Amino acid sequence: MSSENAVQRPAAENAVLSARHIVKTYGATRALKGVNFDVHAGTVTTLFGENGAGKSTLMKILAGVEQPTSGTILLDGEAVVFADTNDARAKGISIIHQELSLAPNLTVRDNLFMGRELRNALGAVDYREEERQSRAVLSELSNEIEPLMLVSDLRLGQQQLVEIARALLADSRILIMDEPTSALSATEVDVLFHVIDDLTSRGVSIVYISHHLEEALQITDYAVVLRDGTMTATALAKDIDLEWIVRHMVGDDFDLGSPPSGYDFGDVALSIVDVSVADPRDPNRLLVDHLSLDVREGEIVCLYGLMGAGRTELMEAVAGRIPLAGGEVKLKQHEVSKLTLRERLAEGLGLVPEDRQRDGLVQTMTVGQNLSLSSLSGFVRGLFISRSAERKHVNEAIQDVRVKTAGGAAMIGSLSGGNQQKVVIGKIVSTGPDVLLLDEPSRGIDVGAKAEVFRLIAGRARAGLAVIYSTSEVGECLSIAHRIVVLRRGRIAAEFPPTVRKEDIMASSGEAVAA
Amino acid sequence: MTDSTVRTRRRNPFAGLSFGAMLLEARAFLALIVIFAIFSLLAPTAFPTLSNIVVMCQQVSVYAILSIGMLVVILDGGIDLSVGSTLGLAGMVAGLCMQGIKFGSVVLYPSVWVVVIIAVATGALVGLVNGILVARLNVAPFVATLGMLYVVRGLAELSTNGLTVNNLDGKPELGNTGFDWLGFNSLLGIPIGVWVLLVVGIAASLLLNRTVYGRWLYASGGNMRAAELSGVPVRKVKVRAYVISGVCAAIAGVILTSELTSAGPTQGTSYELTAIAAVVIGGAALTGGRGTVRGTLLGAFVIGFLAAGLTIVGVSAYVQTVFTGAVIVLAVLLNGIQYRRRRSAAKSETPAPPPASSEPTGDMTARSAAEETVA
Repeated sequence: MSSENAVQRPAAENAVLSARHIVKTYGATRALKGVNFDVHAGTVTTLFGENGAGKSTLMKILAGVEQPTSGTILLDGEAVVFADTNDARAKGISIIHQELSLAPNLTVRDNLFMGRELRNALGAVDYREEERQSRAVLSELSNEIEPLMLVSDLRLGQQQLVEIARALLADSRILIMDEPTSALSATEVDVLFHVIDDLTSRGVSIVYISHHLEEALQITDYAVVLRDGTMTATALAKDIDLEWIVRHMVGDDFDLGSPPSGYDFGDVALSIVDVSVADPRDPNRLLVDHLSLDVREGEIVCLYGLMGAGRTELMEAVAGRIPLAGGEVKLKQHEVSKLTLRERLAEGLGLVPEDRQRDGLVQTMTVGQNLSLSSLSGFVRGLFISRSAERKHVNEAIQDVRVKTAGGAAMIGSLSGGNQQKVVIGKIVSTGPDVLLLDEPSRGIDVGAKAEVFRLIAGRARAGLAVIYSTSEVGECLSIAHRIVVLRRGRIAAEFPPTVRKEDIMASSGEAVAA
Repeated sequence: MTDSTVRTRRRNPFAGLSFGAMLLEARAFLALIVIFAIFSLLAPTAFPTLSNIVVMCQQVSVYAILSIGMLVVILDGGIDLSVGSTLGLAGMVAGLCMQGIKFGSVVLYPSVWVVVIIAVATGALVGLVNGILVARLNVAPFVATLGMLYVVRGLAELSTNGLTVNNLDGKPELGNTGFDWLGFNSLLGIPIGVWVLLVVGIAASLLLNRTVYGRWLYASGGNMRAAELSGVPVRKVKVRAYVISGVCAAIAGVILTSELTSAGPTQGTSYELTAIAAVVIGGAALTGGRGTVRGTLLGAFVIGFLAAGLTIVGVSAYVQTVFTGAVIVLAVLLNGIQYRRRRSAAKSETPAPPPASSEPTGDMTARSAAEETVA
């Protein structure tokens, strides 16, 4: 623990890329509050931090995706401004996003030269030269990828290597990788780390973001920790350990509530028995692997796990959105595995999806129409929807989940993220379910709205609702959940009571090893 | 955590709705008025007469009924290119039924209302096939209904080897007279075809605005995934949309056949394009989820009045085609402007978070900004 409070600043003179006093504001929110950040030639620098700490914002600024509100970026000691990503790439900085930006219908070669195709004397694309260069760069990374393979035929890890090859072809000296290992298998991670070693030995600098702390610590030379838009610590990796990172990452917590108490759980409301879900791209790979879990009436279970641990797949399979590869789902001892999502919802099993823009809301409709969408059949009088019955339902739901809105007739797009999320929850809750599954209910909403959402869920549980919610922020496990279930590679890695330490949760998820 | 609770004065959500925006909202209606005014000036004795208006409305009613069916499919985010052919086939079925249906040595002469039901059922069947292709077999709507356009037209031609059925009068002793009633008679001075349009229009309006099905349709078209996760039976909704479109096409076919007093196998060729144009001029979005019966009717009347007016003024059919095309393009441009305005209005209230980001910074902004507008 040599570096207890030492914000060690490695010598700045050999930094290839430096960010000085970077501030980034979105409206009234300060995402970055004056961050200093250095990248040294031929090293790996890892940014640690929870969701919302500002890691991605900082990386976007360094890669030219966004402009800082104030502050300077120094490249080789000289101040630069990146107009856009192409400009940054031309100056030697490439970013590889979490979501890959390849065209799956094209070949590896065409992807590598996308947007800057080589021309021959006649002005046509010089495929032969492109192929030669592709082969040369690919041979350094992998001996499995051929220039003429279709990207859609490649595994995810291989696609990532293609992205890296594209950056190398552009002569990038600095490569930013945002969560590169989240979707990779263990062997693919090994390959990637090998490539990173190789790149750094050739003088390429890597900026790395990962939630797999342990894994990141293996390969990094420098560790930088961000919290709430401020750099809280920086150190040489050899001087620190995981506990140091976790301590600087987590900080003090906002109170997100405590498990509702003072009542006994009822009968088992939901029984997940030996459930498996196959990867649609590779039916032999199980995203959820023979998992069993019971939830009682009034109980709140938190599902924690890293990206790719199988949380979303488990919830969607239980709700009936994606098929089970095996096992069964019982609602109050009553088998529902054969029912459609609609039928399961009618039986009292509701799902609040993860991505509210894509899966939760109909943007062309009003707040009220969104809120009543799942319970419309209840207001039919004769042939038609009773407007007064619907209005009553909508107004009750708005009050019940405390949506801040001008009224049911307001367009859904006029609401803030937190209020939109409450609409999605209110829509399902107002069908009167016995079991509620919430996939990352706190994603993309601010801390005040998070607390409200959790309070809402806790109130429902007290009234007998069985709840499973998932989260990727460890602080949110230790809020209203009676039980914390940690998923890892599709299986339950551990179960904890609400008194558990964060470090233990992170350790069992594969994120970090408890000190 | 950064908590961004800067709350400024509440903005009036209608403050941005300027005169220009109102013109934009009511553009189809205004276009109709402008067209009417211009042709009334150019041909004061021929255009704005009661008899001409009645004739124009009768002509429009066939297209308008077709367009309402098209609207239902477009609201779901689909397209139905087969309606022109379905119109033709339904007309042929009606015409052939009037000639009698042979069962071995027995020939049945169904009465007119039975003929109409058989023809409409034919349209429903075509729609059902479209719906199953699109919703169950996941064929792209454009391709599925393009294929059906050919298949159905082929069937219509096959039914008489390309000949037209001329005698639709029926015989009093067989009890099947009265087919011409639909196309030639009037009730209170208004042609039956227009009455049928009125009934179809009101029924469609009630269906879309007041029934669960209507809401499901708007939801499916607006966001299929969200609708499905909300328990909307999106496939069933889709199949029914195509059935409704087929039924509307068949009704239009029966009326047209009655008006023409003959059933021709090429009847209704390229009418699907006019129907799509009417829906688009009426402000519906081809991406689904937006559109109204009122707008679609206005769109149909804009096209119909424009064509009739140009004919009366003596403009050649070729120039008419150019005009119609220009109106469609203009309508689509205006639709684009309207939706962009709406989106940018929504955006200035809630700047969307960067989609690739897992960090909620963008959303926090959204919240603080949106709370200005929210009570």
